[in-house]
Amino acid sequence: MIAVSNLLVAQGNFSLRDVSFTVPTGQYGVLMGRTGSGKTTLLEVICGLRRVLSGRVQLLDRDVTALKPAERGVGYVPQDRALFATMTVREHLAFALEVRRWSRSAIRERVAELAQLLGIDELLHRYPVGLSGGEAQRVALGRALAMRPGVLLLDEPLSALDEGTREEMFDLLRAVRKQTEVTVLHITHSPSEAQRLADRVYLLRQGRVEEVADVQAPATDTRIQLP
Amino acid sequence: MSVAAPPQTPPRRVGSDVPFLLGLSLLGCTYLLLIILMLAADLSFTTPGHLWQALASREIQYAVKLSLVSCSITTILSLWVGVPLGYLLSRQQVPGKWLVEAIIDIPIVLPPLVVGLSLLILFMTPPGRALENVTRSHMGFVLAFIVLPLALGPGLLLAIKIVFAALGEAFPISGAIAWPMAIGIGVVTVFLLAATGLGGILEPWCQRHFGTSITYAIPSVILAQFSVSCAFAVRTMRVTFDQINPRAEQVALTLGCSRSQAFWMVVLPEAKRGLLTAATLAWARALGEFGPILVFSGATRMKTEVLSTTVFLELSIGNIEAAVAVSLIMVLAALVVLVIVRLFGVRDARVL
Repeated sequence: MIAVSNLLVAQGNFSLRDVSFTVPTGQYGVLMGRTGSGKTTLLEVICGLRRVLSGRVQLLDRDVTALKPAERGVGYVPQDRALFATMTVREHLAFALEVRRWSRSAIRERVAELAQLLGIDELLHRYPVGLSGGEAQRVALGRALAMRPGVLLLDEPLSALDEGTREEMFDLLRAVRKQTEVTVLHITHSPSEAQRLADRVYLLRQGRVEEVADVQAPATDTRIQLP
Repeated sequence: MSVAAPPQTPPRRVGSDVPFLLGLSLLGCTYLLLIILMLAADLSFTTPGHLWQALASREIQYAVKLSLVSCSITTILSLWVGVPLGYLLSRQQVPGKWLVEAIIDIPIVLPPLVVGLSLLILFMTPPGRALENVTRSHMGFVLAFIVLPLALGPGLLLAIKIVFAALGEAFPISGAIAWPMAIGIGVVTVFLLAATGLGGILEPWCQRHFGTSITYAIPSVILAQFSVSCAFAVRTMRVTFDQINPRAEQVALTLGCSRSQAFWMVVLPEAKRGLLTAATLAWARALGEFGPILVFSGATRMKTEVLSTTVFLELSIGNIEAAVAVSLIMVLAALVVLVIVRLFGVRDARVL
């Protein structure tokens, strides 16, 4: 479960006030909001990268509000992917496992498994420079999933991809969900993504979050049509 | 009655841009020409014979050696300080940061002679004198019983870590145990040195070889170079870290890294170019240092004479050929630095 309650965050001239919502364990939550509405800030709060003035963050029944990012067990895929320029794709997939001091053979096994799932076997020896948008997105996803996190946070994972790649990513995200039973929070401004992937849809507007009752609504409900 | 349409503005004619660009080029070229002519004049003034003659002189050989050694030590010290300070300035938001930044810029804008004089005055104050007394009279004790044990603890752990890394195994000692272990090794070393009498041999040996004053001796040369070079290393590293996406570091944190692990595993490898640039700039800056060294270290042949001092000394006795020959050696070193930075360094004008 991803549960945020009564969150208060201030950042420069904008703030998130009294934000509360819950994504039940194993579900795929999509949070929608305009550019600049604070979606990324909210993800950073859940990751532990940004401090809150008040409120609580719970992940899988654990109160993580006071924990460091490293202790929260979240897989985070930022919008710009932020791949490690000096590491190969293989090293990206192994990174969280090396930090956790897994044995060499266990790491090799897990990396092979991830590469298979994400379809990046061919890329393992490559560096981030020169990867296509879709490939980079898969690597970032693999890096986040390697340690089998209970929670996966995706910041605009499908924007900046061309149409064909986007379709592949839809399939991939569905496959990931099926195989890992991870709880997902996916941030986007696109109603169609919500429609195609979400179990739950949330709206972030003017610093507040509300859940949309009908998952299929986003495309038709004019109230939440986003530019 | 017909309403006249408002007259359309006729298309404007614009003259050629050539005179403007030509004017800019001409003005700019005067400076380029000056630099090239200066170097050409140096070259025309000297012959290979002069160069060899200069290099054959014992004093100049000493100056070359002292310059190379002192600049290299200065470079290492500058990085040692420049990397942490540059990283903190780039990533931490603390009140009063502007003040820190302003203070670091002081050595860059201060007249070099003033830097030297300030250093000299600093070592005339009681704390400065006390420090100099230690390096002059108690260096053996400091090295044998303080520096060696301190270095041995972390050094041994680092060696074990490298061996394990080479074998592909995880380092078995966690951070919480590593520090007490390092301190333990240090304490044992001190005890062994005292008990076996090895310290009684090591201490006078260190004193004989490393005991030295600071002012008007080699440490003052390094300190004078460091006080200016380090500012450039800090600036370069700061710009380098500014250019590295903090998001990658943040992802590393979510993947289980501490701040320190994220720094060593993600940030520092990406800062390689910046490190190289900072090192070469600090080195070049140290090589050219003259004013502070003259005031703080003096210009004693075979003692505190570096290459810039040589140029000054040779000029003062009218030996222009030797001065130019030594200058050319320094020009060559500067060109090498320039090429290294252009080829491998960070491409950002702000560092200079």
